[in-house]
Amino acid sequence: MARGYTYFEAVEKHAGLLGILIAIMVSIGGLAEITPLFMEAHKVKPADGVKPYDPLRLAGKDIYVREGCYLCHSQMIRALRAETQRYGHYSIASESVYDRPFQWGSKRTGPDLARVGGKYSDEWQLLHLTTPRAVAPDSNMPGYPWLAQAQLDPDEITQKLRVLRLLGDPYTDADIAAAADAVKGRTEMQALIAYLQGLGIANEPQAAATATPAEGATP
Amino acid sequence: MPNTETYNDHVVRLFLLAAAIWGIVGMAVGVYIAAELAWPALNFDIPWLTFSRLRPDHTFGVIFAFGGSALMGTCYYVVQRTGHTRLALPRLANFTFWGWQLIILMAMISMPLGITQSKEYAEPEWLIDLFIAVVWVSFGVVFFATLARRRIRHIYVANWYYGAFIIAVGLLHIVNNLAIPVSLWKSYPIYSGSVDAMVQWWYGHNAVAFFLTAGFLGMMYYFVPRQAQQPLWSYRFSIVNFWALISVYMWAGSHHLMYTALPDWVQSVGMAFSLILLMPSWGSAANGLLTFNGSWHKLKTDPAAKFMVLALVFYAASTFEGSMMAIKTVNSLTHYTDWTIAHVHAGSIGWVAMITIGSLYAMAPRALGQPAMYSNRGMELHFWMHTVGLLFYVIAMWAAGATEGLMWRATSADGSLTYTFIDSLIAVKPFYAIRWFGGVLVLGGMVVMAWNLWHTAADARAHLITPIPVPIPEPAPNQVPAPLPAVA
Repeated sequence: MARGYTYFEAVEKHAGLLGILIAIMVSIGGLAEITPLFMEAHKVKPADGVKPYDPLRLAGKDIYVREGCYLCHSQMIRALRAETQRYGHYSIASESVYDRPFQWGSKRTGPDLARVGGKYSDEWQLLHLTTPRAVAPDSNMPGYPWLAQAQLDPDEITQKLRVLRLLGDPYTDADIAAAADAVKGRTEMQALIAYLQGLGIANEPQAAATATPAEGATP
Repeated sequence: MPNTETYNDHVVRLFLLAAAIWGIVGMAVGVYIAAELAWPALNFDIPWLTFSRLRPDHTFGVIFAFGGSALMGTCYYVVQRTGHTRLALPRLANFTFWGWQLIILMAMISMPLGITQSKEYAEPEWLIDLFIAVVWVSFGVVFFATLARRRIRHIYVANWYYGAFIIAVGLLHIVNNLAIPVSLWKSYPIYSGSVDAMVQWWYGHNAVAFFLTAGFLGMMYYFVPRQAQQPLWSYRFSIVNFWALISVYMWAGSHHLMYTALPDWVQSVGMAFSLILLMPSWGSAANGLLTFNGSWHKLKTDPAAKFMVLALVFYAASTFEGSMMAIKTVNSLTHYTDWTIAHVHAGSIGWVAMITIGSLYAMAPRALGQPAMYSNRGMELHFWMHTVGLLFYVIAMWAAGATEGLMWRATSADGSLTYTFIDSLIAVKPFYAIRWFGGVLVLGGMVVMAWNLWHTAADARAHLITPIPVPIPEPAPNQVPAPLPAVA
């Protein structure tokens, strides 16, 4: 015991040694959990029907991020019966491979949006985003009327696609060349509605395909 | 040549002032956004005033502006006192103050304008993140350079926690914010989907661990024995808890992602380590509380001691709650609900704010050259406003969270869901109003503290403060390290 304490005393008296040991101790947990995910990440293939965001929906996703929608709406249906009953098939990892940053959320002041696409009409979405209480009288959601007045920036979307390709998203030269035209003259409101209407539509996994390795449930 | 040096309390006073101001600003934003949830007309259709744009200003304002200023200020105060030395690199120390304030301003102006990474507690965009990295490294350099010239060979445990706080937060900040810029105001993270989620909550959870726990435990380990006028209950116990806390916390981040698309094994590991984490958490709380043995009578007369004791009680309570919420079965009920909000605020208004306020009341008179705070009754009033406000807040949010969790999963006899989503929102709306009222009380207490500090700082404003000499056991002609010149 006394011998052991002598060694420990060195830590208590040397700031550099203390600092190095702290750095090692705090790194272990993160490395153990994140490294395997990182190694597995390239194995997680996009689910059938999950494609990189087209320019308009990408602009819409960035408006979703800018306005802070994720603070009240999750996009992650948990594998629980009441959740799948309310929102649809539970979310799987291969559905969010193109989400930078991820939009799973942490709080539901409003309902989950992972599969909201197509559940309401474009007209309803427009009205709801402009004056929420006109269509949902008890809602406490803020209105976002300014989105209908703001035009999208064609130059910015081109640059965004380039950066995403750099990060590995499979955009072709043709995609990038066509991006500016795809958003020209469109409003931020149109982009956001396009994004919302695309959520979960094409990618609800078939019930039989639930146990794909992409879920990470491998031994 | 006089062989004396004095403590550099100038930068400590600056941080003290900043903490008082940002505490009020951050909590005022919190009160306003709480009102917006209860009465949505308060959004006024003004972009920067809208709940979803303003909420990061509340979290950044209380965690990094209020908490950060208090942590850096007390860190500079404590490392000097426990090492019997003057702060090294005074210019760099001043730079950390002004740099940190500039970061806070940039972040709190840019986020309501919609310039955000949308990663909770890491919202500021890449340019501000670079500034944060520079200031944070400077802070670490000042801290470790001061430790290097200490005159007490043994490094007191408070500095261990401050050191871990600096190292880990630097690491977390850099790894979580790796991104490729699109423009000055927009970037995309190098991670996507589930990897991004894991990295973010490894960061988010450990921002709680190292910013809101390790840092404030450093504060606790110095100011609690100081205020109780008792030695730490067990020094060895504090060391055991230290290593356990910093190593176990890092494993627990995945408990924010239970039942999600994150691989199951990561969720299970996170849950197991979250339960283990209860031991060092309660160990630290017990060590602090037992230090009051022999001094419990101080609770009758000393408001700073009251703040500290209640802080430790809430630390024990909220870490227990956190471990329980990390159990998957419990988490399936509490996650996504206002129970999370209750838990966070039991930890932040209860533990973090109360240990900070207690420490500020202990430190301020010494740093401001006064025998005591200006008004004892002011401190008493603050204590009761804070405590009652906290209880209103937390009980309202517990009730709201349990209501939501139960209504979301309720099924009728035929197997269909009993309630629509909006039913649960209607049910919790009264609790949102009660929560707002609790927040108003807490904010009011902070205003009382600012008033009290303003009067206590009268001499400081008139530049009448005599610097406190560093106690050097035997003033020798050739001291190692040589005394630093006394310039602020």
